Amino acid sequence: MLSPNSRAVATDAGLPRATQRNWNGARALAACSPALALYFVMFCIPLVLVFALSFRTFDVGTGQLQDGLTFARYLEVVSDPYFQEIFLRTVGISLVVAAISVALGTPEAYILNRMRAPWRSVFLLVVLGPLLVSVVVRTLGWTILIGNNGLLNQALLSLGIIEKPLTILFTNGAIVLGLVHICVPMVVVSVWTSLQKHDTATERAAISLGASPLTVFTKIVVPQIMPGILSGALVAFSIAASAFATPALLGGRAVKVVSTAVSDEFLGTLDWPLGAALAVLLLAVNMLIATLWNKAMRARFKEAFK
Amino acid sequence: MNENSRLALVFHALFIVFLMAPLVVVVAVSLTAEAYLSLPTTGLSLRWFYALFENRQFVDSFLFSVTLAFGAATLALALMLPVALAISKSELSWVRALEAFFLSPLMLPAIVIGIASLRFLTAIEMTGTYTGLVLCHAVVVSPFVLRLSLAAATGLDQNFERAALSLGATKKQVFWKIVLPLVKPGLISGWILAFITSFDDVTVTIFVASPSTMTLPVRLFNRITESTDPIIASVSTMMLLLAAATMLILDRLYGIDHLFSGSAKR
Repeated sequence: MLSPNSRAVATDAGLPRATQRNWNGARALAACSPALALYFVMFCIPLVLVFALSFRTFDVGTGQLQDGLTFARYLEVVSDPYFQEIFLRTVGISLVVAAISVALGTPEAYILNRMRAPWRSVFLLVVLGPLLVSVVVRTLGWTILIGNNGLLNQALLSLGIIEKPLTILFTNGAIVLGLVHICVPMVVVSVWTSLQKHDTATERAAISLGASPLTVFTKIVVPQIMPGILSGALVAFSIAASAFATPALLGGRAVKVVSTAVSDEFLGTLDWPLGAALAVLLLAVNMLIATLWNKAMRARFKEAFK
Repeated sequence: MNENSRLALVFHALFIVFLMAPLVVVVAVSLTAEAYLSLPTTGLSLRWFYALFENRQFVDSFLFSVTLAFGAATLALALMLPVALAISKSELSWVRALEAFFLSPLMLPAIVIGIASLRFLTAIEMTGTYTGLVLCHAVVVSPFVLRLSLAAATGLDQNFERAALSLGATKKQVFWKIVLPLVKPGLISGWILAFITSFDDVTVTIFVASPSTMTLPVRLFNRITESTDPIIASVSTMMLLLAAATMLILDRLYGIDHLFSGSAKR
């Protein structure tokens, strides 16, 4: 699960392009044509079809699509309090997840970067390794831990801290917990990449002038790695807003987010046009926030993107 | 560089506990001797691993997932290597712009790709087929392959190619004997990353799989929503072991930090 934004990181962390550039258009097109064919058939056409689908209507009686195009499905989503709540919850959860992931991931990346061999590479593996583990497996761990009869409740009950089990599973809080676990390594990656380019001379100068370690971190390091922190925040937000398996398993049937509502329409009630409209709106919200965020970042940190 | 403070190390320890807790719990629960999800307090047992290997559905799903991930990663590599070479060797702006186009599946919520693939494969009557799934996964994993092969191709030192040409090598020999070995670690890493990404995917696959082409994570996901027998923990443990092995290989081959930030290996 890699980030929508890692391309920005990739271009500024990549090696200088020292290659001789001598391919003409025909040769480049020939090399790209099989890939273009795959993308055209399996990516462009399906996206256009889904977009078109969101303007159709669906007959509940016959289960057939009806002729004619309409904005009705979008109006339905926008005016229905049920879907309004789902969109607000999705955006709210994603903002909280992004904030917590940044608050945890930034100091962790800094601490990792200051570690000595071999601990530095060992813990880097431990922190980034979970990115290769299926989200279903990671989420299962949380359901075992926080369920009503889960290990956390059992432990708290037997210690006498609580008298009856806490309800954590199938709440907004459970979804936030699971998503932070998924997003925080991506924030570490993003901040880590910034830290590799960060000049430690300013830190040493601050220390020699008597600054405390905390002051050095908040006043010297954080401002310099701000681009990494902010792109990490956007990555965390995008992953959280689009996540499916984690909210499905930790939110259950009651606590829906947009992507679980989309899957309900496609795999449950079979109202595909409504599901398509929900998905198009989710995509629009995601792209709008990413565009605004990147624009604001570029305006603020022009130098970092040169 | 000076040491991390004690406070920093406490934070680090809590952070690692938070990251590892759900994974450790899954492995611990998979070793239970009981018939329900619980810690192995009454003794360790491998009964849920035996149960897993005797479960035809999970074994079939595992084998299908491996075949699917193999096909998707290989197809993605075969298609994206020429694209990476073209982007790194062309001055033309439209060729450079292709990079953003080919990376764009990464920018979309996976669920959008999932329902788009469902819609399209339904229209051409290919839902739940191996071919349909491979093509669909190839799109999902192509951005990963492209990023790593592009990092390899742009990091290529042109002098090796010039030297070979000046010594009389043919263009074909330059490609097979010079270019390919130099970009190989990037390509292999890209393939492995694509393989594990395809193998782990739920969000796209859940829409396009049929009961006979159900991948392991999708079967696991469905099983978790309907029951709580410890076989879900033993399946998860096997998937964790696969991820751990993949991670160690990728770290040796490419460096795990470069892998995820998309930068070239140094």
